Amino acid sequence: MTIIEANGLTRTFRAGRQTVAAVRGVDLRVQPGEIVGFLGPNGAGKTTTLRMLTTLLQPTSGTARIAGADLRTAPREVRRRIGYVAQYGGTDPSALVDEELFLQARLYRIGTGPAGRRVAALLAQLDLGGLGSRPVGSLSGGQRRRLDIALGLVHEPQIVFLDEPTAGLDPHSRNNLWEHIRRLRDENGTTVFLTTHYLDEADALCDRILVIDHGRIVAEDTPANLKRQLAADVLTVDVAGDPDAARRLLAGLPGVRQAAVTGTGGLQVTLADGEQGIIDVITTLAGAGLGVRALQLARPSLDDVFLTLTGRGLRDDPNGPTSPIPTTEGVEHVHAR
Amino acid sequence: MSMLVDILLVFQRHARISLRSPIWIIIGISQPVAFLVLYGPLMTSTLSITGVPAERAWQTYVPGVLVQLSLFGSAFVGFGVIAEWRSGVIERLRVTPVSRVALLLGRVLRDVVLLLVQAVLLIAVAIPLGLRASVPGVLAALGVVMLLSLGLACLSCALALTVKSEDTLGPTLNTGLMPLLLLSGVMLPMSFAPRWLDLVSRLTPFRYIVDGMRSAFQGDVLSTTMLSTALIALGIAVLSVLLGVRTYLRQSA
Repeated sequence: MTIIEANGLTRTFRAGRQTVAAVRGVDLRVQPGEIVGFLGPNGAGKTTTLRMLTTLLQPTSGTARIAGADLRTAPREVRRRIGYVAQYGGTDPSALVDEELFLQARLYRIGTGPAGRRVAALLAQLDLGGLGSRPVGSLSGGQRRRLDIALGLVHEPQIVFLDEPTAGLDPHSRNNLWEHIRRLRDENGTTVFLTTHYLDEADALCDRILVIDHGRIVAEDTPANLKRQLAADVLTVDVAGDPDAARRLLAGLPGVRQAAVTGTGGLQVTLADGEQGIIDVITTLAGAGLGVRALQLARPSLDDVFLTLTGRGLRDDPNGPTSPIPTTEGVEHVHAR
Repeated sequence: MSMLVDILLVFQRHARISLRSPIWIIIGISQPVAFLVLYGPLMTSTLSITGVPAERAWQTYVPGVLVQLSLFGSAFVGFGVIAEWRSGVIERLRVTPVSRVALLLGRVLRDVVLLLVQAVLLIAVAIPLGLRASVPGVLAALGVVMLLSLGLACLSCALALTVKSEDTLGPTLNTGLMPLLLLSGVMLPMSFAPRWLDLVSRLTPFRYIVDGMRSAFQGDVLSTTMLSTALIALGIAVLSVLLGVRTYLRQSA
């Protein structure tokens, strides 16, 4: 059974007399219990697609079934079955943590008794115990984010949509949040559909990645496969000796895709597998009597994957930084009123 | 039924947040008192120069302040709506099965209740200062001013979600409300106005609201003036609620 199934979703916005197609035909399938990462440069149609899937925006054309309910004809039923956590959350700084959660539960028609128990359980589950009576504004970034997620989980949805769940969090909080997201799937079988800018996040969390660009899905695979196909590890070597001789030596190694001398006399080696390759490089150079002064291994970043896939970086934004408001994609923000 | 529960839930949320803000409560209480104490004596003595007895002066002034409170209290609800839209609260609520209409009505209900509390306070403070008024008349006037608040708050919410910018909302409200307020005769009764100004004022809705409420305070509850006032207030409320609902139902609002 497919839990999210979208066929030919499109969305156009009117900008004055012009029509801008933000999403040009998205087909996607997600299986129950999957953690899927949805990636794309700014303006690629990522947020628009997410907002369509979560009933916030009506598709111009196309169909979708979310958790068995039709997006167009039964949006209210879809809302009952999904949880959505927006990029910048959705809490009032002066509201109290448990009040926000309790209200959210009541809006899903959970009775007052069960709602109270559900709030207590969620506070414990997301390490927010003891913070119930605090104003939201007094929480740390990580706590606030966990509250946002708790709000999306109040009604135990079958699917939860997370928009940039760890953007702006410190490394410790990010790891902690990943743990919670994993547990959500492992313990409750919740399907997770998330957008992210970070490859390490997609790597750590996602079973599968969907890449969107210019309003269409352009790649769809496991993170490992995507990286293998679309980007490689790059090793920069500072050789104590003739870099050109070193280059000739290394170019013949089986794991080396490419070796080049940079303008500053360093050596740049592109490797299929950085961890294995780094050992081969050192031993080969040592065997030839060439010393190594310094080594630096650069893992492929999502930017690299994107550069290969879309010809632009993931965070390329010709219009400058986007403003911190719920609809961040330039086109939508201006025209989707 | 389900919608009523939703309205109540949304109302409770806003009421709780407001009640926890001391500044909000202080402003809410001090506003009506300031109007009475700082401007009331000036107004009544000005009226007494023209031969209006003190009792009649208070019956003229207090309904005017009620309308003014309603106008400024509810018209600026939109600022809160923009803040909520920006913080993502509105979007978060829109992804729940809550009725969109309840999101609007629950929101503005808080302001209608606030106005009622302010109005009762205003009248209570005005009595020792010299206000004497017909009880049914005061009740009828309260009903009218609550309808007015409901309507204006809905309009403000609709406008806020359309412009989505405080910088646009503020000047728009001021530009729209200031002439309406001046022409309504809130400051001084329009009977003092030159004929042309009086005529212009008769083209604006608040003029009738203020006139009707004044005559109600004087005891003419079942007069035609009061009836047309009630109908105008009802019309404003119905149209504004419909407009607000339309805005809230729109997909990306």
